[in-house]
Amino acid sequence: MAALLEVRGLHTEFRTGAGIVRAVDGVSYTVDEGETIAVVGESGSGKSVGAMSILRLIPDPPGRVTAGEVIFAGRDLMRCTDEEMRHIRGGDIGMVFQEPMTSLNPVLTIGRQITEAIEQHRKVDHAAAEARAAELLHLVGIADPKRRLKQYPHQLSGGMRQRVMIAIALACDPKLIIADEPTTALDVTIQAQILELMRALTKRFNVALIIITHNLGVVARYASRVNVMYAGRMVESGKADAVYHRPRHPYTIALLRSVPRLDRPRQARLDPIEGQPPDLTRLDDGCAFRPRCRFAIEACAKSRPPLQPVEEEEHLAACFRSRELAGLVGEAA
Amino acid sequence: MSTDARPLLEVKGLRMHFPVIEGVLRRRLVGEVKAVDGIDFDIRHGETMGLVGESGCGKTTTGRCILRLEQPTSGQILYDGVDLATIPRKELMAMRRRIQVVFQDPYSSLNPRMKVGEIIAEPMKVHGIEADREKRAARVRELLQVCGLNPKFADRYPHEMSGGQRQRVGIARALALEPEFIVCDEAVSALDVSIQAQVINLLEDLRDRFGLTYLFIAHDLSVVRHLCQRVAVMYLGRIVELAESDELFDHPLHPYTKALLAAVPVPDPSVEEGREFHPPPGEVPSPIDPPSGCVFHPRCPIAVARCKEARPDVREIRPGHWVACHEVH
Repeated sequence: MAALLEVRGLHTEFRTGAGIVRAVDGVSYTVDEGETIAVVGESGSGKSVGAMSILRLIPDPPGRVTAGEVIFAGRDLMRCTDEEMRHIRGGDIGMVFQEPMTSLNPVLTIGRQITEAIEQHRKVDHAAAEARAAELLHLVGIADPKRRLKQYPHQLSGGMRQRVMIAIALACDPKLIIADEPTTALDVTIQAQILELMRALTKRFNVALIIITHNLGVVARYASRVNVMYAGRMVESGKADAVYHRPRHPYTIALLRSVPRLDRPRQARLDPIEGQPPDLTRLDDGCAFRPRCRFAIEACAKSRPPLQPVEEEEHLAACFRSRELAGLVGEAA
Repeated sequence: MSTDARPLLEVKGLRMHFPVIEGVLRRRLVGEVKAVDGIDFDIRHGETMGLVGESGCGKTTTGRCILRLEQPTSGQILYDGVDLATIPRKELMAMRRRIQVVFQDPYSSLNPRMKVGEIIAEPMKVHGIEADREKRAARVRELLQVCGLNPKFADRYPHEMSGGQRQRVGIARALALEPEFIVCDEAVSALDVSIQAQVINLLEDLRDRFGLTYLFIAHDLSVVRHLCQRVAVMYLGRIVELAESDELFDHPLHPYTKALLAAVPVPDPSVEEGREFHPPPGEVPSPIDPPSGCVFHPRCPIAVARCKEARPDVREIRPGHWVACHEVH
């Protein structure tokens, strides 16, 4: 069966005063129907730009997708016209962004914003759209939907606004939802509610989900597969279980070791990743993680290690020493 | 909540209510936000005390009251026996040499027009110590080094630095006056995971090296557990539970603390797979009109009739473990 989404060799650049930033530098992955995958990485790793590129939402100038194919349900989104893209965004692909306050229009009612999405994509009259909007609010767990539809975003709490965003994303029965840090701005108990809701709804309607996050716990709880990004590239990819328990890239290993954990006895000291994330305008030909890597060797400075399979099926790592790492680090993470 | 050894800081019955005013021509008081509504705790010499809770629980306001950036509505803040809540301005200035703060956002808490060296030297200027320029510059270089930065950074501007480096500058500034007590308000929350661990280690090193006492305000429970000896959990302006860190995380007693701990996902798929949890329903109510009795009762899985009527006292259920719940015995 062909994948629902296939990203091949995606490159996105930004022309800035300081030089060209290759924010996404050759990223390839697939998402199957109904599957939840996570893209993890820190600020500047290219995780959000990658998602925006898929949706063709990169502002040009200064940004530009310079190469790559994004095959979604058999079509290459990079070759679609702007008109076609408008049908796909909010239609077959739903979006949920981090900040629900800025992604909802403050001067339109919740009801107007949901019906607008429905009327854009479906040939229905206003009454039918409104009925559907109320149904959607009920679906995302908002009590008293009739009253809420008449309210404005500022009258809702952060968690409610994110529920509205999810309702809009689901409005036209999408095949895929891209959620960019959907719960980062929310408190832990609300974060848990929203993530549970997304999990339940994507399962119920068989919607695939790309969840972009920096939170390693969220990934562990919700994703079946994980892509780890660093400096615009995917450094590791695989099933969540393999990536967390048998990481094969030094960055993933170090990242997992650097977080304090509630499920383990307290450590005397944390084991941080030394150094700073790289300046993307000044990357050389070598591996971008090399300056912070404990396992760097001469070869790492000469060329960038390609993403290649390690022992397990579907498990890829971009490190010259990925096969040795198992022995070098012992019980990883 | 006191101990035998006299604590460095004692907070007693602290209340911070902000007026809510409506109307343009005729301004009238329509209510009060009870940001902090009667809390008691103490901090011992050399201890790191954690203050956790979700947004709007009053943890930051508590920190601001201790720093006297807010004038508390009522209550006492005894610092080394002196009440900071009523201290005259002149004496407050002297106290501020002993109490410093590190803020969350390393982008907005550093003046973008000042060089890093000037930022770190400013508190010394304000308090009139190290009047000699050369000596002050030497002290700045020393502080940068202590915080793991190259002394050359003194000539840079904040925008030339990364988030982690900026937070180190904020810490260096807090150390400039050789304080004994530092309020860390979400000091590592804005940092990326890999940088967060570096700054946590730095805070620990400084604590050991200079014998510092911290009030560590944060929402990230795993960080708080790692760094703090004791932890107080706040909800809607009140402390609902307070205990030694290990005791609190291993044997949480208050239903809110339990819900909070269950909500935190652990970075391990096999652990997560086996975990069943139900996030507490609903959202945090408005502090303008908090629920009667126990403020957590509308969301509480074990609430009984009494919880609606009577505010639970904070009781010592086990030695050193304080809980505000009618149903915990």
